[in-house]
Amino acid sequence: MSHHNHDDAPKRTQKDDKDGDLAIVGRSVTINRPRQELFAFWRDFTNLSQFMEAIESIQMTGENRSAWTVRAPAGQTVTLETETVDVVEGEQIGWRSVEGSQIETKGKVSFTDAPEGRGTVVSAEIGYVPPAGDLGRLVAKLFAAEPNIQARHELKRFKMLMETGEIATGSYYRDQKDNK
Amino acid sequence: MRALTWHGTNDVRVDTHPDPEIINPRDTIIKITSTAICGSDLHLYDGVIPGMKSGDILGHEFMGEVVETGPKSTLKKGQRVVVPFTISCGQCFFCQQQQYSACDNSNPVEKQDASEMLYGHPMSGIFGYSHLTGGYAGGQAEYVRVPFSDVGPIVVPDHLTDDQVLFLSDILPTGWMAADNAEIQPGDTVAVWGAGPVGLFAVQSAVLMGAAQVICIDHHPHRLELAQKFGAKIINFEETHVREALMEMTGGIGPDAVIDAVGMEAHGFTPDNVLDVVKQKIAPGADRGHALRQAILAVRKGGRVSVPGVYGGMLDKWPLGAMMEKGITIKTGQTHVQKYIKDLLRRIEEGEIDTTFLISHHLSLEDAPTGYRNFHDKQNEWTKVVLRPDMAKGA
Repeated sequence: MSHHNHDDAPKRTQKDDKDGDLAIVGRSVTINRPRQELFAFWRDFTNLSQFMEAIESIQMTGENRSAWTVRAPAGQTVTLETETVDVVEGEQIGWRSVEGSQIETKGKVSFTDAPEGRGTVVSAEIGYVPPAGDLGRLVAKLFAAEPNIQARHELKRFKMLMETGEIATGSYYRDQKDNK
Repeated sequence: MRALTWHGTNDVRVDTHPDPEIINPRDTIIKITSTAICGSDLHLYDGVIPGMKSGDILGHEFMGEVVETGPKSTLKKGQRVVVPFTISCGQCFFCQQQQYSACDNSNPVEKQDASEMLYGHPMSGIFGYSHLTGGYAGGQAEYVRVPFSDVGPIVVPDHLTDDQVLFLSDILPTGWMAADNAEIQPGDTVAVWGAGPVGLFAVQSAVLMGAAQVICIDHHPHRLELAQKFGAKIINFEETHVREALMEMTGGIGPDAVIDAVGMEAHGFTPDNVLDVVKQKIAPGADRGHALRQAILAVRKGGRVSVPGVYGGMLDKWPLGAMMEKGITIKTGQTHVQKYIKDLLRRIEEGEIDTTFLISHHLSLEDAPTGYRNFHDKQNEWTKVVLRPDMAKGA
């Protein structure tokens, strides 16, 4: 199977978007903030749970290692440990799960200047292999609905947080759970 | 608190709801003093806007007193403010281009999917106007939560009454932007379809912007009389061939600019069609745009078409040939209220613009369902309803 691009479009928009055994999801968003500021925020992985709804928490376990607790359906959680890889200062951050994690995953986020002072283009690509068994079914359910929509939602929340300092909600009182 | 709530087609009621709270840092809570029923609320009343849920609080034209502020709000308790109907963050690309109604950040992420699917891009947040635009509780209530309160609300001076400034929230800037989009030049004839609140403010704005002749088209005699008061000529489409009349009234040239202040409901796009659009998650709806088609055929060669009227779906029999062959320009969109509101407040203060002529009825909040029914059924006489939570029921 060939993975060569025949046009200039990102690989994740190809109709055949498989990368070996990994299912790839990815999206881009333009954020009206400087590249260095966005890079620095993302570089501290403990910040990610502020806008990634599926992530309950991330704790640093070493300079380049972090433990992720991911929300799964039915109140369950999935844990994994990742190491940071392929970091290019101000431009790119990659991560991959280490052995013993419940999900095999890798991802990368890149930051490039948008044209004409429009801020920064942030592109994220995430690949994962769901585990086998019951947990696999849970994780599949977690990603099944529309992984690309989920990726786009996370990036839009990141954009809201960076541009406005908050994440928009239509709720008008704090306990109104049904109106995000 | 008490609030006017949607329960289904032609079914609105005043119910008791929890008081709103500060949720995000830039929020503020406003105690409503005046709130109006908008013509576009009638689209919700008629059930032709998708994405409504039973229990939604309506209202996007409102003003009141600041009673609570979040840590990042720039407002102060006790200030009297008018709130734009579009919710805008002020910091995204679009807000910084003053395209406030295209704000990227005010519609909650999960709510953006439906309009992104329908229109290719998500809409911004709007108060009290379905879950397509955020599911925000509206201002036909005793209190409302206002997000991004450092960007939207404008503080108004005490010597101006609520009736003088309330319409800065929507219909005055909407009529003004309609005329602005018509790019009026000296000597121009501007034709306005619809003598509803937006059409009447578009007439008033076009006159102020120096149009040589403004012609207003409707069939409600009283509403046409109001247009006449601002110096417009009138055409009653039940009595007159509109296009022939417009050609004769412009020396055979046609109007230089046309404004469609009617939108989808004059000739309807049917509820089942619209709901099907969302249900099936496919795009083709069925707007029936008789007024817009007529406007495009009537406008002169190289003329401008401005569309403040609300449309939601797809239109067939679009006069594409006329559009291309005549070389016309079309400008449209939800109103960039924040772009116009300061200048319009100044014009009200200086007596250049009058808004109070429009108000036919003041009712208590408790009587809001009566207001909806009559604004809907008796359009000739009920030109605008202002609800006041401080009035007693039946007053």
